[in-house]
Amino acid sequence: MSAPTDTRPKDEALVIGGQLATFWLDGDLYGVEVAHVQEVLRSQSLTRVPLAPTAVAGLINLRGQVVTAIELRERLGRPPRPEGTDAVVIVVRLHGEAVSLLVDAIADVVDVDPADFEAPPDTLDGTARDLIRGAFKLDGQLLLALDVHKAVSA
Amino acid sequence: MDGLDDIVEEFLVESHENLDQLDTDLVALEQEPNSRERLSSIFRTIHTIKGTSGFLAFNRLEEVAHVGENMLSRLRDGALALTPTRTSVLLRMVDTVRALLASIEATGGEGNVDVSDVVAAISAAMEDRPAEPAAEAPVVEAPEAAPVPVAEEAPAAVPAAAAVPVPRPAPAAEAADAEHPPAAEGGGARRAVADSTIRVDVDLLDELMLLVGELVLTRNQIVQYVGRSNDTDLVRASQRLNLIASELQEGVMKTRMQPIDHIWSKLPRVVRDLGIQCGKSVRLEMEGKDTELDKTLLEAVKDPLTHLVRNSVDHGIETPDLRRRAGKPAEGVLTLRAKHESGQVVVEVADDGAGIDPAKIGAKAVERGLVTDAQLARMSPTDVLQMIFLPGFSTAAAVTNVSGRGVGMDVVKTNIESIGGTIEVESVAGTGTVCRLRIPLTLAIVPALTVECAGDRYAIPQISLQELVSLDAEKAANAVEEVGGAPVYRLRGELLPLVRLTDVLGLTSDRHDGHVVIAVLRSEGRRFGLVVDRVINTEEIVVKAVGGQLKAIGLYSGATVLGDGTVALILDVQALARRALRTESAERQEARVAAAVAAADTEAARERMLLAAIGGGRRVAIPLDTVTRLEQVRTESVERVGNREVVQYRGAILPIVRLDRHLGAYGEADREVLEVIVYSDHGRSVAIVVEEILDIVDGEAAVRSDIEDMGLLGSAVLGDKVTELLDVRAAILAADPAFYSTTTTSTPHGVAASLMEV
Repeated sequence: MSAPTDTRPKDEALVIGGQLATFWLDGDLYGVEVAHVQEVLRSQSLTRVPLAPTAVAGLINLRGQVVTAIELRERLGRPPRPEGTDAVVIVVRLHGEAVSLLVDAIADVVDVDPADFEAPPDTLDGTARDLIRGAFKLDGQLLLALDVHKAVSA
Repeated sequence: MDGLDDIVEEFLVESHENLDQLDTDLVALEQEPNSRERLSSIFRTIHTIKGTSGFLAFNRLEEVAHVGENMLSRLRDGALALTPTRTSVLLRMVDTVRALLASIEATGGEGNVDVSDVVAAISAAMEDRPAEPAAEAPVVEAPEAAPVPVAEEAPAAVPAAAAVPVPRPAPAAEAADAEHPPAAEGGGARRAVADSTIRVDVDLLDELMLLVGELVLTRNQIVQYVGRSNDTDLVRASQRLNLIASELQEGVMKTRMQPIDHIWSKLPRVVRDLGIQCGKSVRLEMEGKDTELDKTLLEAVKDPLTHLVRNSVDHGIETPDLRRRAGKPAEGVLTLRAKHESGQVVVEVADDGAGIDPAKIGAKAVERGLVTDAQLARMSPTDVLQMIFLPGFSTAAAVTNVSGRGVGMDVVKTNIESIGGTIEVESVAGTGTVCRLRIPLTLAIVPALTVECAGDRYAIPQISLQELVSLDAEKAANAVEEVGGAPVYRLRGELLPLVRLTDVLGLTSDRHDGHVVIAVLRSEGRRFGLVVDRVINTEEIVVKAVGGQLKAIGLYSGATVLGDGTVALILDVQALARRALRTESAERQEARVAAAVAAADTEAARERMLLAAIGGGRRVAIPLDTVTRLEQVRTESVERVGNREVVQYRGAILPIVRLDRHLGAYGEADREVLEVIVYSDHGRSVAIVVEEILDIVDGEAAVRSDIEDMGLLGSAVLGDKVTELLDVRAAILAADPAFYSTTTTSTPHGVAASLMEV
């Protein structure tokens, strides 16, 4: 579906080839570059931040460092996580600053082939379009490549 | 250390470092004799030593370095090739330089270190001839060195290398031996200068500071857990940990400390130049030069401090003529004082000049529309003085190019507050002014109050905190009053605007028992009460930066990890005040504008008036400024003291004046509930009984006449009706004859003319 109207150059997509750390969110499989991922944690106690943007789920204590947690469901415009299920925390390090993403469950690290990459369909809109760079066509599953930098700039 | 001044000491430290490098370089040079880079570096080092020693008049050191430099420059230029012999004499030179340095360090002079044979050896090696007379006498080296074919032949290098090292150490060792005993005797009690200091990367110190921060947090956590334990050994161990962590924290903080003299040292020049420019004679005195504070903070106070000093010279200290006339010595004294006080650094800039006249400040503030007359009248002289920190305030009669442009003091204040400090001014007219800065020791670890609000905990830096007020439900119900819907608390007679943290944060309080806990905070000269659910405790917190997303909210200055590991947000009190008191200040702004516009009008005309009926169709207007509160009092609760009426009100006896009787109007005598206007000033209150509260109007368009009657000052047209001006002072005195007796000087003259009757 790499429509000609897509302004994003294919090169950018190629850059994200290689290894992606994948995770589940509302039934979809997403991936972020392994290089960005610092660690994955079980659910952490969150300190809420009044008046913060809705996607900011709160602050977590990461061995003495205070790290902002972004609720990725909110960020991608998905429904809130069902009651009783705990989020998994993916800590990513961008420009030397640690930020964490709340996701449903962590999955494998996947080697992706840039040849399998396609830009997001034109029908994708809303905030998700800004955050999803495209999809890798894996066997029986699409792996959505998340733009981490945009995702954390809530 | 007496003999060593700073320059020599610095020279020694630097030279020792360089010499160590030189040893390595010279040996490495033997391996790669053609490395111009190394040669240049060696040359520079020796050159520096030569230059400095010449400057410091260490002649022998200079001599050694000089010949060494000559040889090195020729080696560097390729005029000479480096042979093992030459390397050896260079190393000997290094040893001799070291011996000289040791002597200088121990005795302050070059002692009896003999340099002539080294000089001769170097000269000889330079000319490829055996070192002669001078070298012959002392040691075996010269004969040994002589037979060696020092020439350019490569094979010769092997025997030379073998032969030279043997004799070489001898003189060096001798020199060292000769020098070390006196060194040990002279300076046995102290460490060698070079050994007692090291240079450390500031980043490393920051890193250490961070780690200590972590340790402090972990300590807090452990101490908290152990507090619940009965294991005495564990308790003891945790107490030790507590102690050690505190000491370590202090120690690491010290590594970042620098004496305030670093920034003070530039001020004498500033004072001198400015003094000449202003035609004033000023002597600068400094006390507590050694007071240390964090490097970053030191940088931050530099400009504000300079500004204050300039201000003192420019405005504070009078010209010699004026001073003589005032009976003071012609020379003014500007004193800088610094000291540690309860975990803060206090820096004072004091002058013995003319001082600041509160009356002048007050008049200026009114003129600029910063306050109204009535507000001014209720301010203490100290509070009046603090108004010089308001934006857009300058008392300089003439704008000079030094100061007086109306920017400055408020900028100083902002800068000081941005590093968590405070500033205040004290002044006695005629004898001088003191500006006092209070600066935290460090920014990274701050004492803070932790409070709870809607189930979450927040930290409030202690520096903004003035006091805590806790009210139980019963008390709170009465004590928290309202002015036009805005909650206030009467703190020792003054109205303290209350801000509910839950409201600011958009949360719902989980405290429903009616208790009210107020943290009294001060920000930018304004005091307000922050209502929180609970106060947890005070603890040292480590300030962590928050991500960009949260900085943008502008309410949190950072976050911290509390003793139990949870994250708490640190409230930015300044931002909180700005946000919560915004509406209020906007109103004030309007009032200022209105006041400025109406400045030419009468005093009564520029106030907002509360209109009240007093019976018989007559109406009274009271300036809002003087209304502390509106109350309803049941008639049956009115009691009598002598022939006066009083009512019990919040644990005090409140005298009552019935305006209808006071003014001879005919109100309904048998009302069940009395409408009361409470007026408070300097801790005393009176109640003015009216029939009905009607409206609030602006008094601007008033047309006045001088028709007078008892208890009235005149009349005006207000809201299309003729309004008589009433003497509030008389009304209040009718209720409480002693009302002004203690505070006659501060009677608001605005009040006297501002009660009107229709």
